[in-house]
Amino acid sequence: MIKEYKTIREVVSPLMVVDQVEGVTYDELGEIELPSGEIRHCKVLEVDGNKAVVQLFESAQGINLAQSKVRFLGHPLELAVSGDMLGRVFNGMGHPIDGGPEILADAHMDINGLPMNPASRAYPAEFIQTGVSAIDGLNTLVRGQKLPIFSGSGLPHAALAAQIARQAKVLGDNESFAVVFAAVGITFEESEFFINDFRRTGAIDRTVVFSNLASDPAVERIATPRMALTAAEYLAFEKDMQVLVIITDITNYAEALREISAAKKEVPGRRGYPGYMYTDLATMYERAGRRIGKNGSITMIPILSMPEDDKTHPIPDLTGYITEGQIILSRDLHRRGIVPPIDVLPSLSRLKDKGIGEGKTREDHSGTMNQLFAGYSRGKEAKELMTILGEAALSEDDKLYAKFADQFEKVYVNQGNETNRSIEETLNTGWNLLKILPKRELKRIKPEYIEKYLPQD
Amino acid sequence: MSGTITKVSGPLVEAIGLADANVSDVVRVGKQRLIGEILNVKGEVASIQVYEETSGIGPGAVVETTGYPMSVELGPGMLENIYDGIQRPLPEIRAIAGELIARGTEVPSLNREKKWDFVPVAKPGDKLGPGDVLGTVQETSAILHKIMMPVGLTGEVVSIESGQHTVEETIAVIKTEKGETKELNMIQRWPVRIPRPYARKQVPAKPMNSGQRIIDTLFPIAKGGTAAVPGPFGSGKTVVQHQLAKWSDVDIVIYIGCGERGNEMTDVLMEFPELVDPRSGQPLMKRTVLIANTSDMPVAAREASIYTGITIAEYFRDMGYDVAVLADSTSRWAEALREMSGRLEEMPGEEGYPAYLASRLAQYYERAGVVECLGSEGRKGSVTAIGAVSPPGGDISEPVSQATMRIVKVFWALDSSLAYARHFPAINWLTSYSLYMDTLGKWYKEQFGEQYTANRAKAMSILQEESELQEIVRLVGQDSLSEADRLTMETAKQIREDFLQQNAFVDEDAFSSYAKQYRLLDMILKCDEECRKALEKGAPLEKLMVLPAKEKIARAKMVTEDMVDSEFTAICEELAKQAEEAAAGGEE
Repeated sequence: MIKEYKTIREVVSPLMVVDQVEGVTYDELGEIELPSGEIRHCKVLEVDGNKAVVQLFESAQGINLAQSKVRFLGHPLELAVSGDMLGRVFNGMGHPIDGGPEILADAHMDINGLPMNPASRAYPAEFIQTGVSAIDGLNTLVRGQKLPIFSGSGLPHAALAAQIARQAKVLGDNESFAVVFAAVGITFEESEFFINDFRRTGAIDRTVVFSNLASDPAVERIATPRMALTAAEYLAFEKDMQVLVIITDITNYAEALREISAAKKEVPGRRGYPGYMYTDLATMYERAGRRIGKNGSITMIPILSMPEDDKTHPIPDLTGYITEGQIILSRDLHRRGIVPPIDVLPSLSRLKDKGIGEGKTREDHSGTMNQLFAGYSRGKEAKELMTILGEAALSEDDKLYAKFADQFEKVYVNQGNETNRSIEETLNTGWNLLKILPKRELKRIKPEYIEKYLPQD
Repeated sequence: MSGTITKVSGPLVEAIGLADANVSDVVRVGKQRLIGEILNVKGEVASIQVYEETSGIGPGAVVETTGYPMSVELGPGMLENIYDGIQRPLPEIRAIAGELIARGTEVPSLNREKKWDFVPVAKPGDKLGPGDVLGTVQETSAILHKIMMPVGLTGEVVSIESGQHTVEETIAVIKTEKGETKELNMIQRWPVRIPRPYARKQVPAKPMNSGQRIIDTLFPIAKGGTAAVPGPFGSGKTVVQHQLAKWSDVDIVIYIGCGERGNEMTDVLMEFPELVDPRSGQPLMKRTVLIANTSDMPVAAREASIYTGITIAEYFRDMGYDVAVLADSTSRWAEALREMSGRLEEMPGEEGYPAYLASRLAQYYERAGVVECLGSEGRKGSVTAIGAVSPPGGDISEPVSQATMRIVKVFWALDSSLAYARHFPAINWLTSYSLYMDTLGKWYKEQFGEQYTANRAKAMSILQEESELQEIVRLVGQDSLSEADRLTMETAKQIREDFLQQNAFVDEDAFSSYAKQYRLLDMILKCDEECRKALEKGAPLEKLMVLPAKEKIARAKMVTEDMVDSEFTAICEELAKQAEEAAAGGEE
């Protein structure tokens, strides 16, 4: 028997206090019935004796202390999952908004998930070819990895994410593939860009969209990415699919988290974000991965915009500490018309070493990768020196390095959003660039590979 | 003894009716029987921190105390295992609950079924005190586990059993001085927050050989010492920690994954059984205990995880082993402390961290050290504590870094600009330090003669000089430097690229013996010397910069250990010849 309470004592959006409750438990889902008959949702944040503090998932507008009723449902917030979710569009709370029927649930899953036992994780080691050289060649993505894109306002992260979603594939493998896309507080236009791109390439039929737009309630954003991840877990580990999860924009999520924390009057951490933001983000990001004995996988590409392009801002900072690397977009490269404007030096894929090399990509991958990094890094330093002191101040080697850095950006990085380079093409492009440097400088590559792959003119 | 819950707020639960329970006692919460610990008691109300997710717990639910504080079980079966923050074996949780960690899973820390071959050392009639060895068990092919008399027990051996026993079976009967008889099995319990006792503490005097050139040669750590590895994300903290766990010349490694990535623990789990310890020839996993509280696991257990780890380390130390405890990352532990402190509504200190942060950190690192163990054997053991620190934004002015720096003696500062240039390990040679250099100097001298420390000093001064010269180059360009200075820059570059850079993912390079480290640095410095001589004789600098032998020096780190002597000698000879030729050419 579910009890109905008409004892709402306090509503301070997004929090609400309900009195004289009995048997209510922490994290339980509640329904609020408005006088108009409309149903809203909330979850229990704290129970102290017979008083429950709940957090609303939607706006508080229209809640009336005397007439609104609250019911506690005895379970946490759940998502109805089924294979029929593919091709459908849901709102941030998991209800269909594409005019189609409700999902006939195979199961109801707690959206918070459970921590994955590290002893049952399978280490991600399968190379995913994204067709983007700056990623495949230098910051390789592997299946089951969480690799965020650190972007900034006005940078083309959406185009890059769509390109990855479109081109990503595991070489020589025909497993079923799905995309779960969570729009968290982004504009209608940005969301439509993704959906249209999925439509254009036919990917829409294997895509599940959860959409919380900028105009939707901010508190709902706490649930949206978790809805998406729950759907992804179902598809990956119950339906054996290879799932790519794109969440955009994490910054909006973190801001919603801060809003609720402030309402709860918690001691704020850096820049007002709650002290537990690391843990909170981790419980989402860590849901990516592979499990021993399961075919499916969840690969995650969260997108976040760095406020003021500042990588040390708490949102990118905490994200970087959890995720397995990051792809960083550069405003400087963007201004110079480099597409995609990936700044390869601060970008990183932590899992690349296990996903490249003989049998995965090619034997020379690791060495050339390090050489390209080192060369580009030195070339950029040389160019900086050149702007201060003029070209004459550079040594002969440094001049070559400066030229190398220029060509590297123009040829290797600047491939455009429509070019899909195979890993062979990417590696060979790298070798062609290394030709610019003196052979004795190629210290990071084994001599036998230089023999074998360095193009002779 | 049971009480009733009155309030639930995340991992913090309040209960009444626990008047007899002690502070720090472990309790079981709700019908899910979640594990918790009493933090403080105010009048009737006890505040409890729950180590598992409290979803579904509400007022009215039952709380039972177990009557003992947060403890670990010590005995055979810990090595090769992976535990969560409160010492529950994760593989067994997986066997019971599947891939995800379900709540309230009760699994004993030590396997109760497995039989160990107990070989007695003590005989009936022996008078034994705390720490004396009763007998041994070959726990893994690498480690002999000594079953010791528990702390606080003195008496005479009445009987002692040999042969196959489970950890719970009686292996010895002791008659105490008071005439009581005590049956002992192989399990000892110890509260994690209390350091295990020892006879005497000593000053660390031997280095821990890590096989990492920048660490061993420039910034060594002593066995029984403390070190911190701070660095922003992506600077390679975890790789440094993994390298230390792999190659350090200690007997036992305790690796604590505290609030870090799940895949990193999986990586260790998969890789360590395959890797072979270069000293013992045994798989590395045979000497390793893993503690995992990954970032998605409950935050309260994160606080406990580092204590669980160091208590296990102390137990092995008491057997006379050298143990290294690697905690990755202490910042997450501090954040867990902050979160609980916030929920307890304590007055916050700096950046919301509790005021007792620094003292807790100090207490933790102080549990490291070289000790004379309890027991009449006079065993010596050590615990070396190395903690990663993850400062927000890489800015070490924050409280956790600062509090850590006040305690630890070695500081390996990771630098993101080095990481961007793919200079790994990205330990900055200008800002890092080791305060053990003086105490260890004697040891180095005894082992390798005067030249070792002299080379180190010279390398450091060249690197220092380089940074000053770089300032000048940045202002007025390379041409303004004298030829000697340009040679210094070149040598510094060689030290950086050919010596300090070390690739953890290439077999030949991942581990360097002292001999190889010494010869490699010596060769680079000899090269500098030869070039300088040739320069004085009038050899053109351009020619010296590109001596063909230099390319061989650059690849010298890839020479396998057994070939070091012959190949390095050959390179040195070649180099001397080429430098002379250059000088001769210059004179013509």
